[in-house]
Amino acid sequence: MIADFAWIRPEPGGLYIRPADVWIDPARAVPRALITHGHADHARSGHGVTMATGPTIAIMRERYGNIGEAQGFAYGERVPLGGGVHATFVPAGHVLGSAQILLEHAGERVVVTGDYKRAADPTCAPFVVTSCDVLITEATFGLPVFRHPPIADEIAKLLAARRAEPARAMLVGAYALGKAQRVIAELRAAGFTDPIWLHGAMERMCRLYEDHGVPLGPLRSVAGVPKATLEGAIVICPPAALADRWSRRLPDPVTAMASGWMRVRQRVRQRGVDLPLVISDHADWDELTATIGEIAPRETWITHGREEALLRWCELHQRKARALALVGYEDEGE
Amino acid sequence: MERLCGPWGAELERFAALLDTLLLTRSRNAKLAAIVRHLREVPDPDRGWALAALTGAVDFPAIKAGVVRTLMAQRVDPVLWTLSRDYVGDTAETASLLWPEPVDPAAPPPELREVVAQLTSATRGTAGPIMAGLLDRLDSDGRYALIKFATGALRIGVSARLAKLAFAECFGVSVDLVEEYWHGQAPPYADLFAWAADGGPAPSSERVPLFRPFMLAHPLEVASLDLADYAAEWKWDGIRVQLVHVAGHTRIYSRGGDDISAAFPEMAAALTCPAVIDGELLVRGDAQGGSAASFNALQQRLGRKAVSARMMAQSPAFVRAYDLLFDDGEDLRPLPWHARRARLEALMPRLDPARFDLSELIVADSWGALAQLRDGARDAAIEGIMLKQRDAAYVAGRRAGLWYKWKREAQRVDCVLMYAQRGSGKRWSFYSDFTFGCWTGDPDAGGELVPVGKAYFGFTDDELKMLDRHVRQHTVAKFGPVRETDKSLVFEVAFDSVHTSNRHKSGVAMRFPRIARIRTDKPAHEADRIDTLKAMIVD
Repeated sequence: MIADFAWIRPEPGGLYIRPADVWIDPARAVPRALITHGHADHARSGHGVTMATGPTIAIMRERYGNIGEAQGFAYGERVPLGGGVHATFVPAGHVLGSAQILLEHAGERVVVTGDYKRAADPTCAPFVVTSCDVLITEATFGLPVFRHPPIADEIAKLLAARRAEPARAMLVGAYALGKAQRVIAELRAAGFTDPIWLHGAMERMCRLYEDHGVPLGPLRSVAGVPKATLEGAIVICPPAALADRWSRRLPDPVTAMASGWMRVRQRVRQRGVDLPLVISDHADWDELTATIGEIAPRETWITHGREEALLRWCELHQRKARALALVGYEDEGE
Repeated sequence: MERLCGPWGAELERFAALLDTLLLTRSRNAKLAAIVRHLREVPDPDRGWALAALTGAVDFPAIKAGVVRTLMAQRVDPVLWTLSRDYVGDTAETASLLWPEPVDPAAPPPELREVVAQLTSATRGTAGPIMAGLLDRLDSDGRYALIKFATGALRIGVSARLAKLAFAECFGVSVDLVEEYWHGQAPPYADLFAWAADGGPAPSSERVPLFRPFMLAHPLEVASLDLADYAAEWKWDGIRVQLVHVAGHTRIYSRGGDDISAAFPEMAAALTCPAVIDGELLVRGDAQGGSAASFNALQQRLGRKAVSARMMAQSPAFVRAYDLLFDDGEDLRPLPWHARRARLEALMPRLDPARFDLSELIVADSWGALAQLRDGARDAAIEGIMLKQRDAAYVAGRRAGLWYKWKREAQRVDCVLMYAQRGSGKRWSFYSDFTFGCWTGDPDAGGELVPVGKAYFGFTDDELKMLDRHVRQHTVAKFGPVRETDKSLVFEVAFDSVHTSNRHKSGVAMRFPRIARIRTDKPAHEADRIDTLKAMIVD
C-alpha cells in the first residue's frame, strides 16, 4: 500500500515533488525549482529552471542578475508540472510576489504556505485561505508569546518619537525586501509626506516595488548628505547597519528596529535599540493557529521556526501534525 | 530615548513606560532624565512608590514569584509555558506576554497607589486572586511592570544612588541631604517629598542610625601644598565605612550609603556607645603577623548577606578610625579637623581595642621626606598618603583644598590586546573595552598569551578612534559583541597593585588597570611575561 501523500517528500534540502521532479524553495541548486518568495533563504540562485510569480522572478533577477531560465506565473494560474501534478500560486501576504503553492495530484491537495501573514499589508496581495488535505506551514513565530500588535500603533510610536526628538535622526532597521517598503507605505498611510531617506542597500528594491505599482512617495539617498540635513529625518537601513560605523554619519540617531522579535525585551536589549517596533511580515501565534483551524486540513506539516510549540498546540486540539526537519531557513530579519 | 506613553496621568502605564525607558536606555544621563521627569510629573503617592521600586525598598511579603507561576499554570498548558519561558528568559516577561488580553478593555488600569493598597492587604490565600484581578486590567507592558513591582525584582540597571541623584536634581536639593534624610524614611516617602518639593520641614532623624554623606579627597597631582597646613595619614586599601550607633542600634554604611552591617556582624556588635565614626574597614591578615591584610582578603567578605563563623575567625574585621562625626548626639562636623581628632583620641579608650584602632599620623617636614615614606611603605594595605587640612570642617563630597589623596606611583606592565567589546552610551559604535594579556613564557618557544585584565579608559578620543579602527582591521573571530584580534598591538597598562586570584586563568588580578600608552612601536612578542606581573604581587 502506498502511504498518503507519498508523492511529496520532505528532504533536508527542501520539499521534493517526485512525480514532477520539482523542488520547492530548495537550499541548493536543482534542475527545477518552485520559489515561494524572494527572500534569499528561500530563493537561491543557480537552478536550471526557476518557476515563481512575476514579481518574485523580478526580485531574484535584481538580486542575482542572471538566474537562467525563469517562468513567471500569475496568481491563480494552474500550471501543469508533469507527472500529473498541477501547481497554483496563491497570495501569501508576506512580501511583494510572495505565494503559497497549491499542489494537486491524484485528487489530493497540498498547500505549502511559504512565509505568510494574515495582517493587512499595502505592498502585497492579501493571504487567500485555500482548502487542502495537507497544510505545510511555517512557524517562525510559533510561540504563544508572539502576538504582533496592529502596525498603525507601531508607526504611531515612531512618529511620536520623531516629534519628541526633533534634532535627531530616526534610524529604522528593516529588512531590505518587504519590511522596508511596508514601513514606508504605512508611514505614508499615516499621513507622513516628507522625504524618507534610504541606506544604499535599500534603493534598488524600493524602485522595484514602485515599478510594480506600490507607491512609496518621495525617497532620497543618504549618501553624501550633510549631517544637519538629516535632523528629524526618517532613515531606513538594513538591521546590520544599525550599530555599524555607517550610522555615525547621522545626527545622534534614535535607533529603531522593525521586527517581530522586538516583542521580547531581551532581544531588544541584545540588539541595543532605543525604539523597538513590533512589525513582522510573518504570521504571529494567533494567526498560525487560527489559519490551521480555519483550513482544517487532515494533516499539518510544520516546516521551519519554533515547531515544538505549534506541534503541541495541534496535539492539544487533536489535529494530526508533524514537524519536518528542513534546513537552511533563517529567522526574520536577523 | 524616552519610552512614550499615552495620556494616562498617574496610572500604572506611566510607571511601565518608565521601567521600559530605564531597561532599554544605555545612557546614564537619559536614565537620570527619565526618572527626574517621572518624579516631577507624577503625583503623590505614586511617584514615591516608583522611587521605592527603583531603590529596592518595595516588599510585599505575600507576593512571591511562585504566585505568578501558579497563576500561569492555571491558564497556560505547561509545555507551552516552558517553551515560552525558555525562549523569553524571564518569568515576569513571559507571564506578561502570555496573560490573556483584558476581557473588558474599558475597565480602567489601576493606579500605583491602588496596586499598593491591594498588594499590602494580600495574604497567602488571597495573593493569587488579587494579582489576577490586577493583571486583567492591564496591557502586556503594564502586566510586566506590575509583576516586577509586586515581586520586587526589577533588575533594570538603575542603582539606588542614581534614583537619589534624580530626586535631588528634580527638586533642586542637595544630594547629600537626600542621602542623609533617606535612611529614616519609608515608602512612599511623604515627608521627603514634602520637604524637597514643597519646602516642608526636614524629615526627623533622631533615634535612627542615619547615614551621613562622606567627606571625600581629591587626587593630588602636584606636591605644592604647604605641609604645615595639613595633617598626613596613611591611605589604607580597605573599605571606607561609617559606623553609626544610636539608641542601641548600630549600622555600618559603605561609601555609597549601602548598609553592609550584615557582612560584618562582629563590627556592628562592637560599637556600643552613641557615636558616628568614619574609618577604614580592614581584615587582619596572617602574613603580616596580624596587621592589615590586602584588599584581596577583604573582598572575600564583601557582598555577603550573611557571614559564617569560620570566615569571621579566618578574616576578622577591624576599623581603623580617622574621624568622628557625632559624639553622644553632638554634631562635630562643623568643628575643625584638629578638634575632631582630639575628640576621637579621647573616645578611643572606650572602644574595644580588638575591633578599633586609631589611624596613625605621619610626621614629615618636607615633601621629599613624605615621598620617601610613601614609596618606602612595605605594608600591602597602604595605598598612599592622605593629606587633611587641619582647620577644615567635615563637609560632604569632594571640595577643593581640603582633603587630598597622594597615591603611590602606579606600576606599569606591557600587555598585548587580545579581545575588544563595544562600549556603551556614546561609545556604542566603538570598540572601547579591551582585554589584554601577558605571555606565559618565551613566545618564540611556545609561550602563549593569557588574559590578565580589562580596561576601558586611559585613552583620548583620538586614540579611541585609532583603537576602534585597529580592532576592526585586525579581527580574527567574533563571539557575539566580542571580537578577538590578531594580538599585534601592545598597551602599556598602569595599575595600582596586583594580587593573586583564583577566578582568573592567569592567576592574577589587577586593581584599577588603565591604558597608559599605546605602544605601536613595540612588537607584541616583546610584551611582558606573566612572571613579571607575578613578581609585583602584594597579597
